[in-house]
Amino acid sequence: MTRAVITHGPRPDKVTDLPDIDMSTWLAGLELPSPVLTASGCAAAGRELDQFFDITTIGAVVTKSIMLNPRSGRPTPRMAETPSGMLNSIGLQGPGIDAFLEKDLEWLRARGARAVVSIAGGSVDEYTRLASKLRHVTDVAAIEVNISCPNVEDRGQVFACDPVAAAEVITAVRRNTNPGTPVLAKLSPDVTDIVAIARSVVDAGADGLSMINTLLGMVIDTDTMRPALAGITGGLSGPAVRPVAVRCVYQVHAALPDVPILGMGGIRTGLDALEFVLAGASAVSVGTVIFHDPSAPARVARELAVALAERGFHSLEQAVGHAHRAPDPAPAPGGPVSGHGRDVDPHEPDTAVESGVEG
Amino acid sequence: MTTSGQVRSGAIQVIGEVIGQRRAGEYHVLTLTAGGIPELTRPGHFVALAVGGPESSMLLRRAFSIYSVQSRGVYGGTLEIVFASHGKGTEWLARLHRHDQVDIVGPLGRPFALPKEPVSCVLVAGGYGSAPMFSLADALRARGCRVDVVLGASTETKLFGVLDAKRIAATLTLTTDDGSVGEHGRVTDVLPAVLERTDADVVYACGPMPMLREVAKVAADHGAYSQCAVEEAMACGIGVCMTCVLPVVGDDGVTRMLRSCVDGPVFRGDRVRWDEVGTIPEGTLGAPVSGGH
Repeated sequence: MTRAVITHGPRPDKVTDLPDIDMSTWLAGLELPSPVLTASGCAAAGRELDQFFDITTIGAVVTKSIMLNPRSGRPTPRMAETPSGMLNSIGLQGPGIDAFLEKDLEWLRARGARAVVSIAGGSVDEYTRLASKLRHVTDVAAIEVNISCPNVEDRGQVFACDPVAAAEVITAVRRNTNPGTPVLAKLSPDVTDIVAIARSVVDAGADGLSMINTLLGMVIDTDTMRPALAGITGGLSGPAVRPVAVRCVYQVHAALPDVPILGMGGIRTGLDALEFVLAGASAVSVGTVIFHDPSAPARVARELAVALAERGFHSLEQAVGHAHRAPDPAPAPGGPVSGHGRDVDPHEPDTAVESGVEG
Repeated sequence: MTTSGQVRSGAIQVIGEVIGQRRAGEYHVLTLTAGGIPELTRPGHFVALAVGGPESSMLLRRAFSIYSVQSRGVYGGTLEIVFASHGKGTEWLARLHRHDQVDIVGPLGRPFALPKEPVSCVLVAGGYGSAPMFSLADALRARGCRVDVVLGASTETKLFGVLDAKRIAATLTLTTDDGSVGEHGRVTDVLPAVLERTDADVVYACGPMPMLREVAKVAADHGAYSQCAVEEAMACGIGVCMTCVLPVVGDDGVTRMLRSCVDGPVFRGDRVRWDEVGTIPEGTLGAPVSGGH
């Protein structure tokens, strides 16, 4: 296999030499050697991306949400480019759980990649049956439950927007999943109070939270003067949504500091990933930027390691939730008070945080 | 999605450098170094370019047929693409200068299938859809195939590669919608006569979807096998975004929504449900039974 990894982004000169920093992380009982995963729906089942970087080196492949039965998805056009983002309306096209297990998951297993399986359903029963199918499958590192689906039994009300319906799904999945397999609930930002939804799914048994899913959006084609997407509305993703995602992670971590968070939403660089970690994410998923740069997951992992080291962290774990801690004392005149002995870029505006690193 | 296809490894991501850019009628021809990609390229492959530079607000890659490749030379491997500057991404490409850098992924897609026997082939293209046809013609001629070419466009300045076509084709037929050069009309107006005259076994086509639909029909009417390269909007070009799908009938008779980027861009003309592109035809694997999803 030919593989060429290029580096671009803010500090291409610094990502070649990886700093000595512990990047392993625990995500809801799951130990991962790297905190950077793919985001569901942006990496298929990993095989295509393995051309561009070694898929076994990232934290895990979060597979495209799979449903019980084969699904054609929606008509085209399915996407529209937006400023620093895109709108998609794929409609969960997929082969169905049986073909997925036989082909996609089997490929990931044979390749030696960690797989977080994302599941989606139209009813609590469908989620239950998906979880039951996965119960006897080894090599599922975790299950991510995509609850941003319309509930066919409740006039298409999206599960993720209703704390009760969201909790029902998570209860069902948790009950039908191996006790040792973490269940992550993927939350939608399109809610009035994301902390309330988070509490509800955690009480229902979610071991961790993935946030955020896309934001519902719409583009009108000014030439045809009609909606640009065949599905009318679509999910907005990409760097445009990042501040919303960081806010959601920050709010939920503040309210539920012991609940592990897989952060995502517009991560393009290692510094973007760092924002999520500082806000409280124990790991991050890289999604839409993969369409722009198929090597992005590996690149973001390298850049994140460099960014952490530059700020004096010895491990990723130290940085999780750092933004919630009290501001550091002012650095002593003449430079940072830190005794970590690491090189610090004097032009880096954030150097003062080094003095506050615990450990 | 379940497909008959395997994902072929071999696409690579490189930073290319602009060697030069020239105008060809209403189109731009961009020549780029693309270390490693030219050597892997077969006729019908495409590349996906990131546009707007490293901090671009345009996230989606732009896909282009490969017009020509040079595996060795002063600059090492180079490739050429042809585009019309009609959006923000292609406008950015049109402004590139010598030594500017472009992030390139390729070669992508399934190339044209070539006949094992020295058969008679007709190549049909609309507008700059002709870009992949010249390397294809060379490959066909190397196999002893007869190659006839039909190029069409709305007007003379939107024809691409007329001189190339004259060089390689046994016969060249041009059509324009406005009659500014060649036959007044569309490629499909002249295609039946060309197929008749050349006793064509295979028709290769690239161009807009309505043209491909008609070419596939004309080819089928003449008992010719057709290979159509589609131009479908894509976000990634590598098979992960699922935006570039169209309904294609498989060997098992089942219609599936296949990705143009990895299952295509070249499809058998008799397998694409042309009239239903942009829809989920009834009976498609996994089609919704009620309501939207």
